[in-house]
Amino acid sequence: MSAVEERIVELTGDVDSGQLLEVSMGPHHPSTHGVFRMNVELEGERVMKLKPVFGYLHRNHEKIAENGSYLAAMPFTDRLDYMCSMTNNWAYALSVEKLAGIAVPERAEYVRVIVAELTRLQNHVSLIGFLMQDMGASGTPLMYAFREREKILDLFEQLSGTRMMCNYMRFGGVRVDPTPEWLAEAEALVGRFPAFLDEFEQLLRENEILMSRTQGVGVLPRELAVNAGVTGPMLRASGVNYDIRKVDAYGIYDRFQFRVPLGEHGDVYDRYMIRMLEMRESVKILEQALREIPEGPAMDPKARLRGLRPKAGEAYGRIESPKGELGFFLISNGTPEPYRYRVRPPSMINLTVLEDMCLGRSVADIVVTLGSVDIILGEVDR
Amino acid sequence: MSAETINTEKVKAAIEAAVRGCRVEILPNGSPSGQHSLILDNEHAVEAALFLRDNPELRLDYCSDVAGVDWLDKEVTEKVKVWKLVDGAEKEVEETRKSVTPGYLEAVYHLFSMEKKHGPVVLRLRTQDRGEGARVPSLTPVWRSAEFQEREAFDLYGIVFEGHPDLRRILMWDELKDHPMRKDYVAPPDEDEPAGAVAQEGGR
Amino acid sequence: MEQSEKSVQELKAELSKHGVFTTTFEEIYNWGRKNSVWPLTFGLACCAIEMIATTMARYDLARFGAEVFRASPRQADLIIVSGTVTKKMAPMVVRLYNQMPEPKYVISMGACAISGGPFRDGYNVLKGIDRYIPVDVHIPGCPPRPEALLDAFMTLQKKISEQQLTGEARPRHLKEDLPSEFTVPKYGEHGLEPPVNEEVWNPLKVLQ
Repeated sequence: MSAVEERIVELTGDVDSGQLLEVSMGPHHPSTHGVFRMNVELEGERVMKLKPVFGYLHRNHEKIAENGSYLAAMPFTDRLDYMCSMTNNWAYALSVEKLAGIAVPERAEYVRVIVAELTRLQNHVSLIGFLMQDMGASGTPLMYAFREREKILDLFEQLSGTRMMCNYMRFGGVRVDPTPEWLAEAEALVGRFPAFLDEFEQLLRENEILMSRTQGVGVLPRELAVNAGVTGPMLRASGVNYDIRKVDAYGIYDRFQFRVPLGEHGDVYDRYMIRMLEMRESVKILEQALREIPEGPAMDPKARLRGLRPKAGEAYGRIESPKGELGFFLISNGTPEPYRYRVRPPSMINLTVLEDMCLGRSVADIVVTLGSVDIILGEVDR
Repeated sequence: MSAETINTEKVKAAIEAAVRGCRVEILPNGSPSGQHSLILDNEHAVEAALFLRDNPELRLDYCSDVAGVDWLDKEVTEKVKVWKLVDGAEKEVEETRKSVTPGYLEAVYHLFSMEKKHGPVVLRLRTQDRGEGARVPSLTPVWRSAEFQEREAFDLYGIVFEGHPDLRRILMWDELKDHPMRKDYVAPPDEDEPAGAVAQEGGR
Repeated sequence: MEQSEKSVQELKAELSKHGVFTTTFEEIYNWGRKNSVWPLTFGLACCAIEMIATTMARYDLARFGAEVFRASPRQADLIIVSGTVTKKMAPMVVRLYNQMPEPKYVISMGACAISGGPFRDGYNVLKGIDRYIPVDVHIPGCPPRPEALLDAFMTLQKKISEQQLTGEARPRHLKEDLPSEFTVPKYGEHGLEPPVNEEVWNPLKVLQ
């Protein structure tokens, strides 16, 4: 047995709780990012055991989707990771396109990249704001973050009609073709973004409190990260070079020049820095995509949306969402409803290692470590 | 579209060569995705999974997704011609015969390799039936990422993963008796508003 | 009666022109209450993100005196039920409401909190929080925009400023015989028990 396996057995063994203080953090707790709950056992201030409790936002996304048509599930995907509806849409559209063999026009691929990278920007910037909030920087960084987020949401609203629940992508393209004015506005926003990042980073990067609260905290070793299926910025902060945009090169990601930032220590500070650096890479992708976007249809004219009946079979499609690998596993039995509709939620699986990262640390470190995982309960519980 | 797809035949051959007595069956996939899957027998599943993880060529070190699937009892009706005595004379009569293939539950694993950057390899474990025999071996000792996902399949489908270190309900509460993702689950009758109801004056 | 009320208002307006301000106990009580509503830091789902956006610089809930979000229900006046209430979460929401001191108000934010919304068919979704606790303001939307939450907030302020401290029309928290705590549902074998609180819920009925 490898070290990793032994650890699993050790973790789940019963700790003699005679001397320990049991604390239930959540589901109503200001720092659990929603209705997440952890049962923590403490010896003094030290964490001896931590068991996450899920399900307080389990709203049966999969069951509802299995009772509706393929298209009807699209608006529900918005509400999975409700910070990033665009990437959720993409992951689902990609899976259905794989299942039914639908092609996507080139312009639509570009639009998808643009909105997905904008989503990544607003997700990462808000996450950093929330992380600072968890550390006690009440308000200010979050206000800065939300100021930028609002600008991106305005773009989404112009494009799709809503701020958060965009319901924008369709099998074989996107619902609305962006106007030249919209593209120009997006370009202007992307042009201004690095200046904001400089400012944001200057405020935070070498901040004494931030560094002492995050460096060496919540360390996630590389082997454990891989074995536990951790994905996204959290995995890369542990030094594993695995970005699905590079590995699968889904859509048209192979056309863009960008780097994949990697961490060394796998601690909270690395996870924070990875997100900062990823935003800069996203800006690069956006600049290229906005420059190169071709004319043409934004929707495959032959694609059937209503009454789509893929022939019997199955497909697993995945993308690099801002949280990690977001996958959809679909089984079709030839009817208009998916027989099995499964979401592979990155933020839930990233929580597998929460206990490992928190053991032996203090309660205050749990809050910071959890903040750095970047969870959204809509996706964790579905 | 995926980085590098793996030849399912080769994986099957490799498992059968490495794990003595392991029965592997290929389940072809009719969709354009072309992700065929391997059905492992439950006795050798853990051993086969360890092989897939540690084999230097395959190195499927990353188990991405674990999904429970419910397959109901299937009723097959076929028409058969039989000779029968009708009114004293033997005649050829068409008869419909019904046969029931028992349903089962299934755990589907999607494996990738972070080291080799290939995948997916789809593994399927099947239970004997949908009742007492709904048991499959747990692959959590092989891939830790299955921990919560197997608990979810246990919670919502009632698949018992033998060897799982911490098999409890995860999304629903412990007192619940149902497995709501099963296809034959019926929600408790609802004290809902009657059809055509309208708000009464003074009503909230 | 109406005539005298009118003349009182005229007199007050006239006096204020001369720098003399008069008020009633009821008015100043309500005025103070409505301008310092402390909401509970309580987010359930998607709507919670819009609630946070409402408190941020652009929409600035602080203009209405409600920026003091309290993490403890013991210090809060208002619970914004922002998002889908699942059956697993419903007991906690009721318990949080019970822990709040009077007077307390409830805004049910978004389609899910009102009726289950898009997730109404889910086996774990409660079809509206008004089955267990009394709701003051409902806001539709999925999720409601920050402006809608501001509007709901102003509606609540209006409701507070119209409260009468005496008489039959006085609000619930001033009627001693009405409960301020409600039954916390329990997890059952197939769903919540009881499925609704009959004391609170006012279901839709078919009118003949």
